[in-house]
Amino acid sequence: MALVNPDFVDEVKRSEEFNASACMNCGVCSAVCPMGIELLPRKLFRYVLLGLKDKVLDNKETIYSCLLCKMCEANCPAKVHIAENVRSLRYYMNKKVFKL
Amino acid sequence: MPLPIGDTIGILADNLALRKSVLPISASSATRWARGLNLPRGGETVIYTGQMYQLIPYITGMNKAQSMIEDSPLADFTRVGRFINRFINISSLMSMPESSMQGRFNSILVNMASLLKQAGVEFGYLYQDDLYSGALAYDLGVDDVLEEHAQKVYSNLKKHGVKNVITADPHTTNMLRSVFPLIVRGYDIKVKSYIEVLAERNICALRDLGSEVVIHDSCVYARYENMLGEQRTLLAKAGVNVREPVSTGEFTLCCGGPAESLYPKKAAAAAQRRVEELKAAGSDVITMCPICLVNLQKAAHGQINIEDISSYLARAYC
Repeated sequence: MALVNPDFVDEVKRSEEFNASACMNCGVCSAVCPMGIELLPRKLFRYVLLGLKDKVLDNKETIYSCLLCKMCEANCPAKVHIAENVRSLRYYMNKKVFKL
Repeated sequence: MPLPIGDTIGILADNLALRKSVLPISASSATRWARGLNLPRGGETVIYTGQMYQLIPYITGMNKAQSMIEDSPLADFTRVGRFINRFINISSLMSMPESSMQGRFNSILVNMASLLKQAGVEFGYLYQDDLYSGALAYDLGVDDVLEEHAQKVYSNLKKHGVKNVITADPHTTNMLRSVFPLIVRGYDIKVKSYIEVLAERNICALRDLGSEVVIHDSCVYARYENMLGEQRTLLAKAGVNVREPVSTGEFTLCCGGPAESLYPKKAAAAAQRRVEELKAAGSDVITMCPICLVNLQKAAHGQINIEDISSYLARAYC
C-alpha cells in the first residue's frame, strides 16, 4: 500500500509555473521523448499530485536523465510546463535528498 | 554503479559558488581567443561568450574521466572527491584539454568577432569578467547557488557600463535574456545572439558559397528562444542550400549533451540517434551550439563533417 502525503505537491511547487495538474495523461510526451523516458512526465507528475512521495524518490535517475530539451512541451496539447516542472523536482531533490 | 547524483551536482555547485564556473578554467585560457583582436575592455555593447566555447575542450577531458568512473567502483569515491575539491580544484586536474581542440574552439569565437566587425558593430569584451552564465546549475535545479552567481554576472556587466550583450551560444543567450530577468532584481541588460545581430544588420555576403548543408537546430534556440529564421536567412544569403533533417526547427532532436554531466552513456546514445538522422539528410552538417558540436562530432566518428555555423558565415561574409 502506498503512503500518501497530500502536502507533497506544495513542497515541490515553487511557483504558479508548476502546472502538473494540467496534464491529461495523453502520453504524447512519452511517445516523443528522445531519451525514451516512459515515466516522465505523466506518471511522475501524477505521483506528485497524489502525494506518492516514495514513488518520486525512487525515480531519481529518471528525473535527472531528462534533457530539458522541451520536445515534449512542444508537442503537449495541454501546455504543461514540463521542463520547469522537472526543474522544480530537481530543486526539491537537491534540497531534501542531497542536502545541497 | 552510475555517478552519484548528489555528489556530482555538489562538485559542480561548489565550483560555481567558489570559483565562478561549474568547471573552472584559468583567465588566460578563457580569454586567449581574443588576443590580437584589440577589442576594447567593456563598453555599452559587448560580445559575451559565457566561456562556453572555451570550456568545451575541458568538458571533453572531464567526460573522458567520468566515462571511466561511471559504472566502476571508483564512482564510490565521488563523495571524497567533492570534499577535497572544496580546497583543491581537482575538477580542473581531471579535465586536461587537448591544445588542438582549444585552438579549434577559440577560432569559432574569432569568426564571430570578425563577423560582427564586418557588420559594422562596435563592441568590447569583458576579458576575465566574461563569466560563465550558470546554465548547467540552472538545468540541474541548483537555484540558490545560481541566483548568487547571476548577481555576480550582473554586477560585472554594470561595473563595465554594459547595456547590450551579444551572445555567442544558445545557453548563454537563454540565461542572460530569459532566466536572469526572473532571478536578478532590476536586471536591465538587452541580449541578442550574434546571429540575430548579423541578420538584423542585413550584412552582405562577399562570396557565394554554393554549398549544401544539413542544419541541426539547437533545442535552446528553437524551443526556448524561438530563434529559427535568422540562421536560415544568413545561410541563404551566403548561397548555402539548407537541408532539413527529419526532426528540425521547432521539433529538432536534442544532441544529448545536457545528460553528459550525470549520464555520459545516455548522452552518447542520444547523440548517436541524432547523428543517424543527420546522416540521412547529408554529409555536411552545421550546428550553432558548442555542446551540440562536440557531442555530435564525438558520435559521428568522422562519418559526416560537422562545423559550427560561424565557420560558414565567416567564409561568406568576411
